[in-house]
Amino acid sequence: MKPETLTTQERIQYELRELYLACGYRPYKVGKFEDYDLYMRNKKFLASEQVLTFSDTNGKLKALKPDVTLSIIKNVKDDGRVQKLCYTETVYRVPRNAYGFREIMQTGLECIGRVDDYAAGEVLMLAARSLQKISERYVLDVSDVGVLSGVLAEEPIGDADCARLLSLVGEKNQHGLTAACAEMGVSQRTTQRLLDLVCACGPLGETLSRVESLDLPQTSREALAGLGRMRDQLAAYGIGNVNLDFSVVNDMDYYNGLVFRGFVEGIPSGILAGGRYDNLLARMGKHGEAIGFAVYLDQLERYMEAKPAYETEALVLYDAATDPLDIVRVTESLRARGISFRVQREEEPCPNCREVVRLAKEANT
Amino acid sequence: MKRMINIALPKGRLGEKAYSLIARAGYACPELLEENRKLTFENEQAGVRYFWVKPSDVAIYVERGAADIGIAGKDILLEYAPDVYELLDLSIGKCRMCVAGAQDFSDSHTGILRVATKFPAIARRHYAAQSREIDVIRLNGSIELAPILGLSDVIVDIVETGKTLAENGLCVHEEIVSISARLIANKAHYQFKGAEIEALRQKLEEAARA
Repeated sequence: MKPETLTTQERIQYELRELYLACGYRPYKVGKFEDYDLYMRNKKFLASEQVLTFSDTNGKLKALKPDVTLSIIKNVKDDGRVQKLCYTETVYRVPRNAYGFREIMQTGLECIGRVDDYAAGEVLMLAARSLQKISERYVLDVSDVGVLSGVLAEEPIGDADCARLLSLVGEKNQHGLTAACAEMGVSQRTTQRLLDLVCACGPLGETLSRVESLDLPQTSREALAGLGRMRDQLAAYGIGNVNLDFSVVNDMDYYNGLVFRGFVEGIPSGILAGGRYDNLLARMGKHGEAIGFAVYLDQLERYMEAKPAYETEALVLYDAATDPLDIVRVTESLRARGISFRVQREEEPCPNCREVVRLAKEANT
Repeated sequence: MKRMINIALPKGRLGEKAYSLIARAGYACPELLEENRKLTFENEQAGVRYFWVKPSDVAIYVERGAADIGIAGKDILLEYAPDVYELLDLSIGKCRMCVAGAQDFSDSHTGILRVATKFPAIARRHYAAQSREIDVIRLNGSIELAPILGLSDVIVDIVETGKTLAENGLCVHEEIVSISARLIANKAHYQFKGAEIEALRQKLEEAARA
């Protein structure tokens, strides 16, 4: 197959699959439908809470799956063994601030069972290389939710207030953070720590050194040490373009530890998202640890899609008097030369093409 | 090569105020204030390209990446909750999002409260936090008319001085949140133009403080 016959989306999908398989991730297929109940219980994990539902023949409420991770966790064996899985699936959901459901092609991987430093680093490396397959101009933002949760744990504030502060960190909203901390009676020290973390954003190595010199609680320091090990492993892989950015905040009910988000220049929103989700695993009654990410292939639809110079290379025109066997002879000769062609009657509008082969009788006379 | 920053400005008074602040911060583009039919304005030397858009559309332009940054009222950000960075409070265009109604109105909590507003999400969130059931009446303008004609019990709207309310026999019953203009940025574009955007943010902060 000529490479240009693939769309960018298809090419990237193929290359990512190749990348994951080469690192020992096993392809995993989940069904298109899932019991609605699964999403009911884990609504906050979903990117959008709206789920496309229908009644099965036995009256059971089913859903067109809005997410792949939940289905994988539900189905994987809980036998303590490490399972490295990759997938390409279609999900159905309402994108943020959009109207109506959309069919979204998503590819990704999950490492479930035991996630040690090596496994986490491998997943980060694959996330970075996935972005690199799309463009050299990429950025992978990484953070560890343990750094922020360590800071917040020192304050006697409830879950709702914690979520509000995290959302402000996610917006890099320093003025909002200062005001909210004052309103909640959060100490000056914690407020300053949060502001320092919001401002700390840049290349992983140097930013991490800067953050390590800040006054932070022990639990945050442990999380920073984990990020340090990731920095070393990524350096050993020769991976660049990784930034430390504490504004990557995922829901702490599901995520713990490492979280990350990937961007490619020219695509106006994040194209990759992932993290460590031991908490989700525990909520679903499974043991062990898990980490994974998804690449949103739908974002590639308008990316780098260079318009071909010609709709077809050769245009073969004929009329009512043309012998069909003459057309076959011409097209077979074009095919043998590897030239793409379109055959049509002369009176039809002509598409953009490189050469025209006229078999119309009038043209021959 | 210097990367151009695309800036969406809200048409109208707020946008003009915001522009004069940005101009003071060193990103002027005098052409912007001239009477003409141009849609985009550029100052290549300063590395900025401006365009005027409807105030409620600024967040959409930024969230979808047509603009790298923009100036939007906090009311718009609270209503549409775009997935953007909110980098700075410009402390201009200050006003309050309030619940207002007739001077003698008091919520008896006996039935569903009828709320007329241009900001249904803000109204819903405010009353949901109080577990108060409401009937949102979405209007596009002249919100003050709704309680006068009995269309609604109260309104949720922006109050600047309270003069329009007072002239129509209405008053503020509750303040929901303070509003002012904010500098917002597209999350993806920030990754690649972060240095330029941060430089602008810092200069803008200094200009806003001066």
